[in-house]
Amino acid sequence: MAPRDDGIGAAVRRKEDFRFLTGRGLYVDDIVRPGQLYAYILRSPHAHAEIRAIDTAKAMRAKGVVAVFTGADMAKDNVGSLPCGWQVKNKDGSPMNEPPHPPLAVDRVRHVGDPVAVVIADSREAAKDAAELVEIDYRPLPAVVSVAEAIKPGAPQVWDIAPGNTCYDWEIGDKAAVDAAFSRAHHVARIELVNNRLVPNAMEPRAAIGDFDPASGEYTLYTTSQNPHVIRLLMGAFVLHIPESKLRVYAPDVGGGFGSKIFHYAEEAIVTWAAGKVKRPVKWTAERSESFMTDAHGRDHVTRAELALDRDGKFLGLRVSTLANMGAYLSTFAPCVPTYLYATLLAGVYTTPAIYAEVRAVFTNTVPVDAYRGAGRPEATYLLERLVDVAAREMNIDPVEIRRRNFIAPDAFPYQTPVALQYDSGNYHATLDQALKAADWAGFPKRREEARKRGKLRGIGISTYIEACGIAPSNVVGALGARAGLYEAAEVRVHPTGTVTVFTGCHSHGQGHETTYAQLVAEGLGIPIENVEIVHGDTAKIPFGMGTYGSRSLAVGGSAIVRAMDKIIRKGKKIASHLLEAAEADIEFKDGKFTVAGTDRSKTFAEVALAAYVPHNYPLDELEPGLDETAFYDPKNFTFPAGCHICEVEIDPDTGVTQVVNFTAVDDVGRVINPMIVEGQVQGGVAQGIGQALLENCVYDENGQLLTGSMMDYTMPRADNLPSIAVSTHTTLCTHNPLGVKGCGEVGAIGAPPAVINAIVDALSSYGITHIDMPATPQRVWKAIQDARMKQAA
Amino acid sequence: MPHVSLTVNGKPASADVENRTLLVQLLREKLGLTGTHVGCDTSQCGACVVHVNGRSVKSCTILAVQCEGANVTTIEGLATDGKLHPMQEAFRENHGLQCGFCTPGMVMSALDLVKHNPDPSEREVREWLEGNLCRCTGYHNIVKSILAGAAAMRGQPTKAAAE
Ligand code: FES
Ligand code: FES
Repeated sequence: MAPRDDGIGAAVRRKEDFRFLTGRGLYVDDIVRPGQLYAYILRSPHAHAEIRAIDTAKAMRAKGVVAVFTGADMAKDNVGSLPCGWQVKNKDGSPMNEPPHPPLAVDRVRHVGDPVAVVIADSREAAKDAAELVEIDYRPLPAVVSVAEAIKPGAPQVWDIAPGNTCYDWEIGDKAAVDAAFSRAHHVARIELVNNRLVPNAMEPRAAIGDFDPASGEYTLYTTSQNPHVIRLLMGAFVLHIPESKLRVYAPDVGGGFGSKIFHYAEEAIVTWAAGKVKRPVKWTAERSESFMTDAHGRDHVTRAELALDRDGKFLGLRVSTLANMGAYLSTFAPCVPTYLYATLLAGVYTTPAIYAEVRAVFTNTVPVDAYRGAGRPEATYLLERLVDVAAREMNIDPVEIRRRNFIAPDAFPYQTPVALQYDSGNYHATLDQALKAADWAGFPKRREEARKRGKLRGIGISTYIEACGIAPSNVVGALGARAGLYEAAEVRVHPTGTVTVFTGCHSHGQGHETTYAQLVAEGLGIPIENVEIVHGDTAKIPFGMGTYGSRSLAVGGSAIVRAMDKIIRKGKKIASHLLEAAEADIEFKDGKFTVAGTDRSKTFAEVALAAYVPHNYPLDELEPGLDETAFYDPKNFTFPAGCHICEVEIDPDTGVTQVVNFTAVDDVGRVINPMIVEGQVQGGVAQGIGQALLENCVYDENGQLLTGSMMDYTMPRADNLPSIAVSTHTTLCTHNPLGVKGCGEVGAIGAPPAVINAIVDALSSYGITHIDMPATPQRVWKAIQDARMKQAA
Repeated sequence: MPHVSLTVNGKPASADVENRTLLVQLLREKLGLTGTHVGCDTSQCGACVVHVNGRSVKSCTILAVQCEGANVTTIEGLATDGKLHPMQEAFRENHGLQCGFCTPGMVMSALDLVKHNPDPSEREVREWLEGNLCRCTGYHNIVKSILAGAAAMRGQPTKAAAE
């Protein structure tokens, strides 16, 4: 039988697109509840200050105002602290410092944008106007912004309970083995670099509506979330003390997340609690400037690293020391990002036998930092792939060759790294070869020469990355400090006529689950894709779920759907064996039909479904009616997408402007369900990676004022900053999940930044330039060239 | 309170607004046309692009009262009888959208480009999109969609552009 055009591997056009293209998507801000009020949140203009007094009386009397609340009001109601979902331990085994995080600040504000009071009125404008009448008496305190300053003795302290502004001081790996490796080294390559702070900037600003039904005592929160069940759990159990049975969280269409919509934010608790107080729905929608100062930021590491090599360029040992900025509070998953999602990836695709990393997480008077597309793995990859290039240059080995010499061999799997992970599959030579060919690596010298004639500096850069997705076995992450399980749930509900609704605990905010999951189900149950509907985002409908992040939707969520389909098929076989009067063991299921093996006697999927719901001829003594199964899938390991990205740039030495002229990505994401969607995910990720490398930078001044607080100041990648992005895949299957899938959502943002910077350094190498920090803005590049020229002249 | 009357997607519409009410607020909040989105507060993102008297306009940057008597088309006004406009169809066919939030503005902006320049080059498309941000797609497939949509509107078969 020919492969289906709507099954696994087909570039099915997306089922969700019609509604988005006709303006019929339903985003939170599109929802209007009857009697809805509007919240405006007053935020601290100071990076650090004591709140001496708040006077709300004038605002209360303003036109249209229904209520004004402060942190004291929430405290009076016993509203809890926004919880942190991961506890990391110090080197000595003691737990990290974990300060409280009230939804509205109580006696101190700790970053610009920290929420202080909420005004609720009958229109957005009335709420905003009245907010100007709230009088807050602040006593400004000295602030600290950068990790380097924060760890200095005498630096302003963000939290009394965190001396030295330290959240934790953590380590991984075998220090003695690394010291021994360095003592035998022929060469040691060193690098110091900054992984720049980024603002996620999903195009849809966050929004939340709290609703309370006094008749039933039930709360509903409409929110822009990647994981509504997690929000229900955190907010219900820890913050507002509402039982799950009385709390519905609904995240409808969500306009991009990239990690920033994983976390439980103050505004969700504020509007839900306030709706209960005023007994009317309360809506809040972020203005973009609020997004800049309240959405969790990404990255912000400062790192020193050393790589020990033998005479042949084989890696002997790696030593890494990182300072990671946590911001002013611990966001939901912040502690795990620079530890278990970062340092565990420092082996990369290489056989480095000894690795030691220490990470100090530091509080500062800035917006909390948490997972942003890639979360920890981009930081590890950038560090490692820059350092490998530095070593290659210093030892005069070709950058491709040095990588090949150190790759984990294709027959070495499963491969245990010295930093806790066990890779199940991969073929790094294959993705490298495919990328070299696609990028015409061999033809580069000619292109460089041609560019030189036009006065341009042309460079080429490579990165061979690995990452870890589909986090992860619940018992393993539990042992590492996670305060949640990381399985996924799915319910496959077969209707009497054989159509199917799937309820998934994952959430789609651009990934196209309504199509990819439907392809899985259409193929698995042998029914047309039109007969499959995917439902996500609503705790009232879906059994449970952990949501979407870390490229887990297919590896974990898809596997849960497969498991539920397995149960459907098992039950279907029992029903068919009864209908066909054959032994259950003789029933085969294929292409939507239950057949007695070796005969042409069969029942279609729809006939079996009907028998399950109209059980007139049915083994009622042994089997319940109905055909509706739920599965929870707990992953057995991470999955390990890997690949090779190659970037080619041209730099104008007179202006410092860098143009990415070619970008080639070859990724091993495991089995590809929908190649069109995979390509789109990789392209989007690469664009964010190029954005980080060339354009994006979140900047605070030394007083903690956010200088890049709008899209006028923070450089978002635009269409004319980016090239076409050539994407292809090379597949090795994941060995431990039923689909063989690995994940594709983050590979672009992980693989791209070092490829871009390696290309820029290559272009500038004739000036003796060996490193440039991200973002490589025209000003930075121009200055590096000027400094180098001066040095050369001297 | 000022009152505005205008034509939206071919039908008469009117509402009481404040002086400071923006066109996008009129569309979304008074007329229930939520296909037009708000992605920023500095006129940077283009999620709010609609057509006013045939020209693309950022509806967050024009007051509702300035639109008295105007003819406004929003994303909801493009498809006819459930059939997508060729530009919308090109976005669907070429995976020119992911989360869909920037999409209405992208499509409305693309239509104005094609009106000015029926056969744009890839570079011209990229430059035209200067005022429209997308965080999901990396623009690759948006550019491809617009080239295909323009070709379809010229009555030509789709050429595989932007590859
Ligand atoms: S809302 Fe961003 S430009 Fe109009
Ligand atoms: S598709 Fe999500 S912002 Fe463009």
